[in-house]
Amino acid sequence: MSDCRRSWNREDELPVYLAGPITTGPNQRKTGMFSSVEGAFESKTIDFDNYAVGRKGSRTPRSGSRERVLDAGDPVGKTSSEGREGSPSDSPGDTDDARPGVVVRFSSGKESPNGESERLLIKGGRVVNDDQSLYADVYIENGLIKQVGENLVVPGGIKVIEANGRMVIPGGIDVNTRLMKSYLGTRPAEDFLQGTKAALAGGTTMIIDHVTPEPGQSLLEAFECWQEAADKKACCDYSLHVDIPQWNEMVKDELELLVQEKGINSFQVYMAYKDKYQLSDSQLYEAFSFLKQLGAVVLVHAENGDLIAQEQRKILDMGITGPEGHPLSRPEELEAEAVFRAITLGNRVNCPVYITKVMSKSAADTIAQARRKGSVVFGEPITASLVTDGSHYWNKNWAKAAAYVTSPPLSPDPTTPDHLNTLLACGDLQVVGSAHCAYSTSQKAIGREDFTLIPEGTNGVEERMAFVWDKAVAMGKMDENQFVAVTSTNAAKIFNLYPRKGRIAVGSDADVVIWDPDSSKTITAKLQQSTSEYNIFEGLECRGGPALVLSQGRVVYEEGQLQAQQGTGRFIPRKHFPDYAYQRVKCRNQTKSQQGVTRGLYDGPVYDVDPAPKYITPSPSAKTSPTSHQPAPIRNLHQSNFSLSGAQMDDYIPRRSGQRIVAPPGGRSNISLG
Amino acid sequence: MAFQNKKSSVRAAGDRLIIKGGKIVNDDQSFYADVYVEDGTIRQIGENLIVPTGVKTVDAYGQLVIPGGVDANTNLNAPQRGMNPADDFYQGTRAALSGGTTTIMDHVLVEPGASLLTAFDQWRETAEQRACCDFSLHLDITCWHEGLCEELETLIKDQGVNSVLFFMAYKDKYQSSDSQLYEAFGVLRDLGAIAQVHAENGDIIDEEQKKLLFLGITGPEGHILSHPEEVETEAVYRAVTIAKQANCPLYVTKVMSKSAADVIAKARKKGIVVYGEPITASLATDGSHYWSKDWATAAAFVMSPPLNRDPSTPQYLTSLLACGDLQVTSSAQASFSTAQKAVGKDDFTLIPEGTNGIEERMSVVWDRAVSTGKMDENEFVAVTSTNAAKLFNIYPRKGRIAVGSDADIVIWNPKETRTVSAKTHNLMVEVNILEGLEFQGVASVVISGGRVVLEDRKLNVTKGSGCFIPRKAFPDTVYKRIRARSKMAEARGVPRGNYDGPVHDVMSMTKLVPPTPTNRGPTCPKSQASLRNLHQSGFTLAGTQIDDHIPRRSAQKIVAPPGGRSNITSLS
Repeated sequence: MSDCRRSWNREDELPVYLAGPITTGPNQRKTGMFSSVEGAFESKTIDFDNYAVGRKGSRTPRSGSRERVLDAGDPVGKTSSEGREGSPSDSPGDTDDARPGVVVRFSSGKESPNGESERLLIKGGRVVNDDQSLYADVYIENGLIKQVGENLVVPGGIKVIEANGRMVIPGGIDVNTRLMKSYLGTRPAEDFLQGTKAALAGGTTMIIDHVTPEPGQSLLEAFECWQEAADKKACCDYSLHVDIPQWNEMVKDELELLVQEKGINSFQVYMAYKDKYQLSDSQLYEAFSFLKQLGAVVLVHAENGDLIAQEQRKILDMGITGPEGHPLSRPEELEAEAVFRAITLGNRVNCPVYITKVMSKSAADTIAQARRKGSVVFGEPITASLVTDGSHYWNKNWAKAAAYVTSPPLSPDPTTPDHLNTLLACGDLQVVGSAHCAYSTSQKAIGREDFTLIPEGTNGVEERMAFVWDKAVAMGKMDENQFVAVTSTNAAKIFNLYPRKGRIAVGSDADVVIWDPDSSKTITAKLQQSTSEYNIFEGLECRGGPALVLSQGRVVYEEGQLQAQQGTGRFIPRKHFPDYAYQRVKCRNQTKSQQGVTRGLYDGPVYDVDPAPKYITPSPSAKTSPTSHQPAPIRNLHQSNFSLSGAQMDDYIPRRSGQRIVAPPGGRSNISLG
Repeated sequence: MAFQNKKSSVRAAGDRLIIKGGKIVNDDQSFYADVYVEDGTIRQIGENLIVPTGVKTVDAYGQLVIPGGVDANTNLNAPQRGMNPADDFYQGTRAALSGGTTTIMDHVLVEPGASLLTAFDQWRETAEQRACCDFSLHLDITCWHEGLCEELETLIKDQGVNSVLFFMAYKDKYQSSDSQLYEAFGVLRDLGAIAQVHAENGDIIDEEQKKLLFLGITGPEGHILSHPEEVETEAVYRAVTIAKQANCPLYVTKVMSKSAADVIAKARKKGIVVYGEPITASLATDGSHYWSKDWATAAAFVMSPPLNRDPSTPQYLTSLLACGDLQVTSSAQASFSTAQKAVGKDDFTLIPEGTNGIEERMSVVWDRAVSTGKMDENEFVAVTSTNAAKLFNIYPRKGRIAVGSDADIVIWNPKETRTVSAKTHNLMVEVNILEGLEFQGVASVVISGGRVVLEDRKLNVTKGSGCFIPRKAFPDTVYKRIRARSKMAEARGVPRGNYDGPVHDVMSMTKLVPPTPTNRGPTCPKSQASLRNLHQSGFTLAGTQIDDHIPRRSAQKIVAPPGGRSNITSLS
């Protein structure tokens, strides 16, 4: 509805807008400009103020709207922000908040040098945590939040940031990025430098990246390789998940080491990628049990790999080789089935399960239902699944269709994003990730003749926070506190970073974002931080965005300017047994212990199992492959039974010939015990 | 009707009968009429029938005349751990007849590696010698591989088998993987058969069993603890998913828990062709007995999936049965004597699985569903007989009182009650899991193949009088929808111009693949092998290119055509 109103507003007010060089419809599919992303919009930032000549007087004064108490649903504020959207920008590289001197005033007294230990005061902002919002100033020193409150006593000569009533929120945490996942030896187009830059530009101040060792590779080695690369390049704090590509004894030792000494508490297992990463149910059970003992959170890539392999073969046989084969071979049911199975395994082992990349309605519903039954399970929709749908796989432009290839695929059902946002708002899904893994078009083109070879991954790290705001908060599904919860706090809790991250509180890391709910921008690959040529959100309009981002107490993003420094990101170790995931599990361990029934010994007759089973059908034909499995283990256990000769009490009962009954002298009394 | 290819010599001896004064109940309607039976077939239905003199009259006043029950799941000949069931085809079918069931469908268990045809022939022979009522056979495939296709085709096309069961449980023994199931389902769909599954997650069960034995739990309660409800539910969900993908009709045997039944009901609501079969035990009792202090009693209840601990399960399943979410009731009869069960006295995993129920099935459904007002008499006929006959393609020969149908008729007395006891039942097994329960609704007269086999509480059966009922492939009830969907579900590709943009050169990069996978698994041999062939011929250009300004990661080589980076060319 808000969408309608938005477009109506625009058409009504800004007819020139539509005639502009970029026709930014609210719906991406309306515009057919994607076939020419490269260079199509070279230096074409529109100046709407110029187009809307003579209308300036009718606009709400800018400063007026700044000082208003935030009201996301206020149509006046929105209209004005739309008008401002394209105002001339100093830095053509940033669409977001290109309004120098207006967004945030830095009424700095004597500025201290931009050293490591910047002292900062954020004044007049509204601090929004996941539990409450309050007006307070925030004083930051040495990268930590030192004071929160009104009328703070602070040293002189510090930098003061006037928030003017805007929201001051904890920096976002993106729990799912893959900035170094190699595919057939090629690394994603974006590494830790570009990826974290993009993250900061979007208001995300911490990422948790996936270490993806190849089968056979040492987890530890891979971890160290990742850590080294990230330490050199990352511009924001980071932590790492480790993927388990296979399950064996060697892996166990490494896992223990990673948990105990390296500060890793989350590991991903795969139910898909047959013959590569996929683990069988038995292996999953073992892995879950083991990880539970270590106190780690199990991340699951939930898709039925067996069926996918079959479907892929079928679809290739049918001659479908384009990207549409990707969703066709990975239908929604396979995702929902695997989610269901993962939860079942988690329940049996009594282990917290975290489903990465919830892409379809039915998978989300499965998680919601399981939570209702008490399962400890968390679900993570990603930017792509919250914003767009899978209709693009059928795009005539191969490069565009291929850009959307990710697993599980985006659901072709166009109502999926709305549904996932609703579940996110009501708490059935908990965390928003981005699953950012950007491959260039030429890399994607490895699979131009076979969709199964297209490297999987979409962008989303930069757009994540803004789209949650746009799709959930601006639509009225979610309040600002829940927004903080799903973009930051919940992730921090699940992965044991809380309250260091995910909260504005005394003692927490100074990862702070000043959020501007009124800003609005149109996503395009030309103007993003990220270097990939395709942005799957191309042309979508989105309200809300960061006005200023602090990482470790330093201003890294301000008025559309990114001032990130390579290599400043720290590795954040995470302790095992996160309370948020494990408190319930621990209690259940105690209450769920199973006990046998104390019975007297059974002393009735025991059938003597013939050591040579006669039932085997005569000689298998040549066609059949003889299998190794024959019911074997019975013999050893029971061969020692003693037998009695002579007439027995139950001889009158007709039996099939060739069966022998062993009965003790007492005859057929089945049971002893009082 | 054209299906009179049975052993007519046996049937000629069948009585000429007229059933008078009863209310005929089919699955669609009830009406008062007399039935005249000759040569094992129903010849006339109506009032004031003109019949030859000297025919035997069966008095059905005040009672219901219903089609004989069809029990779609029995295991009267399947050995477990080398032990044959205590009740074989003779005792089993005898008990079936005494309870009002006149057709059974037994499972042919084909051991891994054995020939399907041989096993089938053996089963059929045994049954023809011993069965007292008509029978048909399902095939249980324990180890699927491509080599079975030929035999399967013969069985389905020529031998009259149209249903094949696969196990998702019994790891390392009978269990089929998801890939195998998918392949097999595809084959079955093409042959027009119904896929049946024993739905439990064998992997999890195996782990749980190890854990429980390790904890020192060895009694029958370990069975239910190691087969929790979710494990059943999960497998049902997975089976439904696979069947949906393969577009193959699915029949879930032995629905034992609420949540499994719910999964089926939901899947049906989504339009998936799936059927669920609760059994006598799950409709009549619950799993509390596994904790019985008497080992023999506890062990008697051991079956997979186990009876559910939730005491409201029977009622719930009955409700779903009444509303059509579940379709067929069967018995899953597989009885083992206490001595046989005692093989597992020190290890619950060795207890042979199976319960009785073939005799009590119809009474249980009447008592739990019709007497309580959940179901009417027509639905009763549907779930005990007609639905099974339709699904497995023996309708209207079985499952209906109509001219031309087989004279398998039961005179049902809805008023009478009977108490179940191992002392009075017709099976050999010493423990009856429904011991002491009282059920309303009893078969007072049973006519099988035109012969009165039960009258005045006296059974008069002939060993070997049952004949094999062949079943044709592509049952309409099931396959009409499947066929239509096969036509609709054709996926189509998008016609695109050739992608002629730059392609990342994988060849040079494959060197960077981390230190060779160990011998543990085939690491995607397909993709790596095919990759080179596909892209080796990409030509390279030297010199500066138009896209050189775009920052790239070092050590990547981009192959671009002279036209530069235009991603797409042809197509309108």
